[in-house]
Amino acid sequence: MQKQAIFQSKLLPYALVAPQLAIVLIFFYWPALQAVIQSFLLQDAFGLSTSFVWFDNYLELLQDRAYFEAIVRTFFFSFAIAVSSLSFALLLAVMADKPLRGSMLYRTLLIWPYAVAPPVVGVLWIFMLHPSLGVLSRYLRVLGIDWNPLLDGDQAATLIILAAAWKQISYNFLFFLAGLQSIPRSVLEAAAIDGARPMRRFWTVTFPLLSPTIFFLLVVNIVYAFFDTFGIIDTMTRGGPGKSTETLVYKVYSDGLLGGNLGSSAAQSVILMIMVIVLTGIQFRFVERKVTY
Amino acid sequence: MVEEEGFRRYVAHIILWIGIAIVAFPVYIAIVASTQDNALIANGQMSLLPGGHFFKTYYQTIFIGTSGSTREPVGNMMLNSLVMALLIAVGKIAISIISAYAIVYFRFPFRMPIFWLIFITLMLPVEVRIYPTYKIVADLHMLDSYAGLSLPLIASATATLLFRQFFMTVPDELLEASRIDGAGPLRFFWDTLLPLSRTNMAALFVILFILGWNQYLWPLLITTRDDMQTIQIGIRKMITTTDALTEWPIVMATAVLAMLPPVFVVVAMQKLFVRGLVETEK
Amino acid sequence: MANVTLRNVRKTYPGGFEAIKGIDVDVGDGQFCVLVGPSGCGKSTLLRMVAGLETVTGGEIDIGGRVVNQIEPADRDIAMVFQNYALYPHMSVYNNMAYGLRNRGMAEAEIKTRVGEAARVLELSAMLERKPRQLSGGQRQRVAMGRAIVRQPKVFLFDEPLSNLDAKLRIAMRVEIRRLQRRLNTTSIYVTHDQLEAMTLADILVVMNGGQVEQVGNPLAIYQKPATTFVASFIGAPPMNLMSTRPDEIKSQLGGSAGEAGILGIRPEDFVITDQTPAGGVALPLTVEAIERVGAETFVYGSRAQEDQRVAATPGELPPGEVIVRLPGTEAPAIGQQIRVAAVRQKLHLFSGDGRKRLEA
Repeated sequence: MQKQAIFQSKLLPYALVAPQLAIVLIFFYWPALQAVIQSFLLQDAFGLSTSFVWFDNYLELLQDRAYFEAIVRTFFFSFAIAVSSLSFALLLAVMADKPLRGSMLYRTLLIWPYAVAPPVVGVLWIFMLHPSLGVLSRYLRVLGIDWNPLLDGDQAATLIILAAAWKQISYNFLFFLAGLQSIPRSVLEAAAIDGARPMRRFWTVTFPLLSPTIFFLLVVNIVYAFFDTFGIIDTMTRGGPGKSTETLVYKVYSDGLLGGNLGSSAAQSVILMIMVIVLTGIQFRFVERKVTY
Repeated sequence: MVEEEGFRRYVAHIILWIGIAIVAFPVYIAIVASTQDNALIANGQMSLLPGGHFFKTYYQTIFIGTSGSTREPVGNMMLNSLVMALLIAVGKIAISIISAYAIVYFRFPFRMPIFWLIFITLMLPVEVRIYPTYKIVADLHMLDSYAGLSLPLIASATATLLFRQFFMTVPDELLEASRIDGAGPLRFFWDTLLPLSRTNMAALFVILFILGWNQYLWPLLITTRDDMQTIQIGIRKMITTTDALTEWPIVMATAVLAMLPPVFVVVAMQKLFVRGLVETEK
Repeated sequence: MANVTLRNVRKTYPGGFEAIKGIDVDVGDGQFCVLVGPSGCGKSTLLRMVAGLETVTGGEIDIGGRVVNQIEPADRDIAMVFQNYALYPHMSVYNNMAYGLRNRGMAEAEIKTRVGEAARVLELSAMLERKPRQLSGGQRQRVAMGRAIVRQPKVFLFDEPLSNLDAKLRIAMRVEIRRLQRRLNTTSIYVTHDQLEAMTLADILVVMNGGQVEQVGNPLAIYQKPATTFVASFIGAPPMNLMSTRPDEIKSQLGGSAGEAGILGIRPEDFVITDQTPAGGVALPLTVEAIERVGAETFVYGSRAQEDQRVAATPGELPPGEVIVRLPGTEAPAIGQQIRVAAVRQKLHLFSGDGRKRLEA
């Protein structure tokens, strides 16, 4: 945790941590505390009086069917995005890990979408699959699909998942490739000499050795789907049609800003905070495991 | 490596090119659309080949903006995004590296509690504290300002952790040699530790610049004035009006312009980018 | 030019661990003092206390007539060469050497002269603009030396400076360090765990064990008259053979009260193969277990007969009953052969039963 060789100084270390500490206290802890307090308060419709209502905001949420649906929807989105993006990225990484000519070029051509911002992802995909003017929508209609994600909730959800998974491919690809490259070649050679064919080698040697990476990416992708999809959803569907693409984060935003229901929004924030803490906890337990693996 | 026969290698090349095509297609469409006539696109008659409106569209986008919805030159938005991204990246690196230095190289009361206070902020992304943070920024009169855009995003436990981890790998003897050579804490930091951290700082800068440039929710909340909008916010506002009025070539040109700086950074500084990404996730 | 005097120096860590248990050493002006001992004996800690990198919790450290206990490393007028060299990786060779001088506000012209001179002596003149990573291990070592030399300090401190080099280079650098030190005539303290390095470099040798000094003195004197069984087995390779003696045996001839067990030590090179038993000496019948022929000499590992009561006194140094004998390279007894070796009276070392005291004849 700390060096043996250190400097002696009474005030300097405080001066050095002061800027970060100030920002953390003002912009992290104070708002987080406010969110917790706010979640126990109820404001009247005109914002004139507030009263302390204990856990009413939470209880109301738990009985709210829409909130329950948002939870289920968020988890469904998370898993769908994670699984589709991870499996496609793994396929590409396994291919790129082979000793191919131009493998550096492949890597470059596959990692740049990491830099595309979520709202831009949303705009790109809604344009491509726009019901009236999207270039791909024409072909879907040719295939006999009645494509209109602006009206059909399931289609909207599919669109969100596709776009979000698309953005995450490069990130997953990069980490899978790093994971694959860290598997000692000699292990694979030993497996080949032991008579394992390529496919079998992948499932019995590569895949198990890759499992820490897979687990790590699973957690990262879920966190990504929780938070970073906000920009995608906001530019593509605004949570609609109906509420069919409203995730937990989007609901915090829309209930607070658009609905003006600050108490409920704060309670939702607190629940989200707890979820993040759990996810981070899982991630850290995993990091410990990675060390001993 | 186990050698593979020709057939399997061909399959690998083909799969990779399919992957590249899937990854690139939406962007290709955006580029094509930004060079075509709006009327054609609105009719659903868009061609899959580039049109002839490249200069017209990009000139209008950068210097004038849409004629209907936002009317803000995208060049100005890009400037706002650039300032915000630079402030976030430089600010994070600056405050993180000095706090990590204090935590690793000094022993002082409340050292560990302070470390934990910083560390726990990992679990408080801006999304879970948006309204209270908004309120504080409003109370501090920082709405529609670069300070308001960047300060709440500047505290970074990740960067502090990264620097802490790096400092731990710096041999103790370097500090001891510096002490014998007559260098005090600030001089050691400036003359030795900072130059040694250059690669780490650069890698971190690449990642933080991209993350800063791509910020969305926070700028969305605290910018109300059009001239303070970042490009990510601008692009959304361009498609808020009813579909029929959306000027798609300009929207797509804006999307391309929004992608350009961060994609350029990733491609041009690939090594630093990969390093930064892997290190910050550790 | 300075003496270094340690007076009852102690180091106790906050946890209560006592690393240095009261050490007195006096290094004269221009002398080369070597601290030697097994890892964990406190030799590096002691050196770092002299440097000012570790606090002193008891006693006094005096450099050139000034007690330096509370003085910053930079102000002690010392220079140090580290085991891993601790070169500033981002600075050129020139800047590595100049850094300490610049921090002291020396004029750039003077710095240039000093670095140039040191580089010439160390044959680094051609690589002043290189970065440390572009140098070989031996060159890095020389830069570390150069950084110390340019300061022209009162005292050089060396913390195992050669242990990262390969064997051949180590010997060459050893010679070079000694030559340089003689030339500059700067008081030096040198830490090593290598007894050969210690023997060849030292004017004064300090053998340490468990945070204490076992013996101080001229290296040859220590070799010839080790004060304890620890020193006897640590200085000299292969180590001295140690075996407990029966109370009535040789000891009665050497002195000491009858009925008290002692430890007898004989160096491997002091044996000869003979049927005679020298007067007052010792003869051992051995079965040859293994031999190592290294050219100039032959090492014989023999086991003593069962009925022989003597066993190795310090466990770990010699398996019970094993004796190492060094013979000229021309001799090579066969494995399994019975031989009889003997050592003369003058070559015997006798220690008290606990090994802490040498019993003089």
